[in-house]
Amino acid sequence: MAQPRVLVVGGGLAGLSATMRLAELGVAVDLISLVPVKRSHSVCAQGGINSVNALTRQQGDSEWKHFDDTVYGGDFLQHQPPVKEMADWGPRIIDLMDRLGVPFNRTPEGFRDQRRFGGTLYKRTAFAGATTGQQLLYALDEQVRRHEVAGRVKKWEFWDFLAPVLDGHGRCRGAICQDLVSMQFRSFAADAVILASGGCGLVFGRSTMSMACTGSAISRAYQHGAAYGNGEFIQVHPTAIPGADKLRLMSESARGEGGRVWVPRTPQDPRDPTTIPESERFYFLEDRYPKYKNLVPRDIATREIFDICVNEGLSVERDRPCVYLDLTHIPRQELDRKLHGILEIYEKFQGVDPRSVPMKIFPAVHYSMGGLWVDYQRSAGGGMEEGSPRNHQTTIPGLYAIGECDYQYHGANRLGANSLLSCIFSGLFCASGVIAGGEGASRTAAEEPARLFDSALRREQDRHEALLGRRGGGDNPYAIHQDLGALMTRVATVVRRNDQLAAAYDEVCTLEERWTRSAVSDTGNWTNQNVTFTKSLGDMFPLAKIILKGALLRDECRGAHFKPAFSVPGLSATDPVDRRREAEAWCDRFAANTERWLKSTVARPGADGHPQITYEDIDTSLIPPRPRLYGLVGADLIEEVWRERQASVAEGASRATVAAAAT
Amino acid sequence: MIAPAHSSDPSSSGSGEEQRAIRVRILRQDAPGQESYWERHVVPYEPNMNVISVLQRIAAGARAADGRPVAPVAWDCNCLEEVCGSCTMLINGATRMACSALVDRLLEDGEEIELRPMSKFPVVRDLVVDRRRLFRGLEKVKAWVPVDDSYDHGAGPRISPEEQEDAYPLSTCMSCGCCLEACPQYVKIEPVRRDGEAPEAFAERRQGAFDRGFVGAHAISQAMLFNSHPTGKMIADERLETLTAPGGIQMCGNAQNCVAVCPKGIPLTRSIARAGRSATLWAIKRLFDR
Repeated sequence: MAQPRVLVVGGGLAGLSATMRLAELGVAVDLISLVPVKRSHSVCAQGGINSVNALTRQQGDSEWKHFDDTVYGGDFLQHQPPVKEMADWGPRIIDLMDRLGVPFNRTPEGFRDQRRFGGTLYKRTAFAGATTGQQLLYALDEQVRRHEVAGRVKKWEFWDFLAPVLDGHGRCRGAICQDLVSMQFRSFAADAVILASGGCGLVFGRSTMSMACTGSAISRAYQHGAAYGNGEFIQVHPTAIPGADKLRLMSESARGEGGRVWVPRTPQDPRDPTTIPESERFYFLEDRYPKYKNLVPRDIATREIFDICVNEGLSVERDRPCVYLDLTHIPRQELDRKLHGILEIYEKFQGVDPRSVPMKIFPAVHYSMGGLWVDYQRSAGGGMEEGSPRNHQTTIPGLYAIGECDYQYHGANRLGANSLLSCIFSGLFCASGVIAGGEGASRTAAEEPARLFDSALRREQDRHEALLGRRGGGDNPYAIHQDLGALMTRVATVVRRNDQLAAAYDEVCTLEERWTRSAVSDTGNWTNQNVTFTKSLGDMFPLAKIILKGALLRDECRGAHFKPAFSVPGLSATDPVDRRREAEAWCDRFAANTERWLKSTVARPGADGHPQITYEDIDTSLIPPRPRLYGLVGADLIEEVWRERQASVAEGASRATVAAAAT
Repeated sequence: MIAPAHSSDPSSSGSGEEQRAIRVRILRQDAPGQESYWERHVVPYEPNMNVISVLQRIAAGARAADGRPVAPVAWDCNCLEEVCGSCTMLINGATRMACSALVDRLLEDGEEIELRPMSKFPVVRDLVVDRRRLFRGLEKVKAWVPVDDSYDHGAGPRISPEEQEDAYPLSTCMSCGCCLEACPQYVKIEPVRRDGEAPEAFAERRQGAFDRGFVGAHAISQAMLFNSHPTGKMIADERLETLTAPGGIQMCGNAQNCVAVCPKGIPLTRSIARAGRSATLWAIKRLFDR
């Protein structure tokens, strides 16, 4: 049999770590990317990467607690075995990246320094200045370059993934791709295709994501039959710098290093913020979340900032919603040492020094927890079985998804500094299973008949020609994109309402209709960015529909998905008996909601162009779901009631076991 | 790159006020080997614009200043926050990143903004250039830590905060190429495929041409970064061999333009000085080892 070949789509952290591991295992890898891989969106990740470490371990931390924080922060909407496996791998991954030369910040004794991130009480986050993602990406880019020089990897940069090639049994045998310079098409025979194409921020127009994050690759896989999971779960990062071309991220590490969020108590106080006395400032996160303070999970911080501006009218500016993120109480030298990269971004793009003036920030679309549905094999120890071909495989055999473009690890909300971990972990972990998956085949993809690839290639060529051949005078694709982005940002981000979601779904269908009548202004066949963009815009509509329909159907609040009509308030009674009764009712409602909604949304492409939604049960066998109570009024009592119930359930179960053993 | 255009307030264009406009002059080229030509564009002014948002408006409008329909201008970009290294171009004559070039500041220089592609790399189209020679430089100097494998072998070496603070700035090099554009010794190499030449043969010939040319400040700095890493320095000699070979450090003319234009403020001349000293010591050592 010929040597196995794998095609990796995307050269961010996930794609590069998979490529590195596969090359090491003797597999020939073709790596395609829209941009030179060193310029992938992973460079934008700022704050750090999570893992239990020697220090936190001695403070009582463990892999299990990291796992627990991740599922609790994600509101239990993720299968637990893969998350457990990821947390278990955390320390090894940090060690590996350390060996690869990532310049992690150091303690005076020369150990890796750590900072605290949202959703945890431990300093679990290793970091390299405020450009951790860039540093991790470079280390992997360097290793892949080394494999490339040795002839084990071939990079195809400025290439676009257009479609998977499926054989008569529906198995993926390669892909059709397009050179974005010469606009030539090429088929790649591959025994497995791994999608590592990242998020889909451009569906929302402006976001913190890079311009390559169109979501086109996963949309194309979906349109060829791959199921999509939890599409409605979109993380809106609490702190971004609004801009005309992009919403630039202001890392959570700014708060991790002591940054405080506040607004003047007087609405739109015109004074210089540094002159406003403490007593006239409202530190609303610290006030409302005394335990986690400024480091509550992202969905909560986002809603609070949104609320304080939109509903409480306390925005710093009148015509533009924003709050202060204040670092000015921290010594300049310390800021430069730990946060230089992000402070420089603010300074460069806003023209203001955040070391002496509080920054103005507002939430922005940041990350997609949902993505292609992927499988896994549970191991005897409750983790993921290494080497199983099921791990990270989509519903199309031979087609895999890793990194941000899979739905596996973050549930309803991702914790800060967990994405870099999930990307590197899924890339490294999937490799052995991908190889095992190809071993059962009777022939390699290279031995498949040429007509399989030729017909797929012709289909893509025809689509391309049709796009170029559209008559002029049609709608402008950039204008359609602007409308799509504005619509999605308005109805499907921080607050969601069913009437708006239903109307938006129809509007997306109208926009898609407009897209079919749009025309490209460049009909040439050389570096035609216009047609590439128009093509990727067409692939945003299926994703927009998945997001909207999933959000519309999900009548509850969970993590980043917030529907005020279905939110459950905290306790209001003051009388202890009444309060107890309220807590019982709260727990009843929580149990009923868990029964109804603790399920992954799974979307499949319907013949009518609309996503068909089904729901998948979740493996919560390791950590039983419990109420997510950050900052809720009466949280202590609710927790107490819930614990008592769990204990009695456990007792009942053990009694049943004893009874069964006795008979 | 793929370029969405977003007007922060689309309704404002219809307001009665006199609309301020930004005039832009772009040096275009349809494909390699073709003549370049100037084209003028006008874009409505918006507060806080950068050159990227100007280019986005131009792509969306696809009309020259005289109203003539034209193909959208092509350019490279990705992160838009000056960390990916994509969008390098010559803006009002200076090599810099388009994302962090703020229009208000540029208009202080004059009424018109001038955009040109980098001159040291072959033009692919308009403002897009082919920077594969830059990445070839990283291969040449073996800019990596030569680890055994990616399996678990415990933590990396202990590193003092001083060493980390020394290495970190060098490691923020985003391969944008500003230092190469500004370097008098880095001259454009643009081999053209001959009739009947196989693609592989052409690629090999092109690589040979690249390798004879100056490797440039960015690669020298990366060589020093890895030569200072406890594991990276295990192949320090191989890097020094490259740096003393044709295209190496001896070609540096000490103009110090590189450090002046680096958008990340990387101490490139310090790396070059270190590389010079290491190369000299290595050459002497090799002389005696013979």
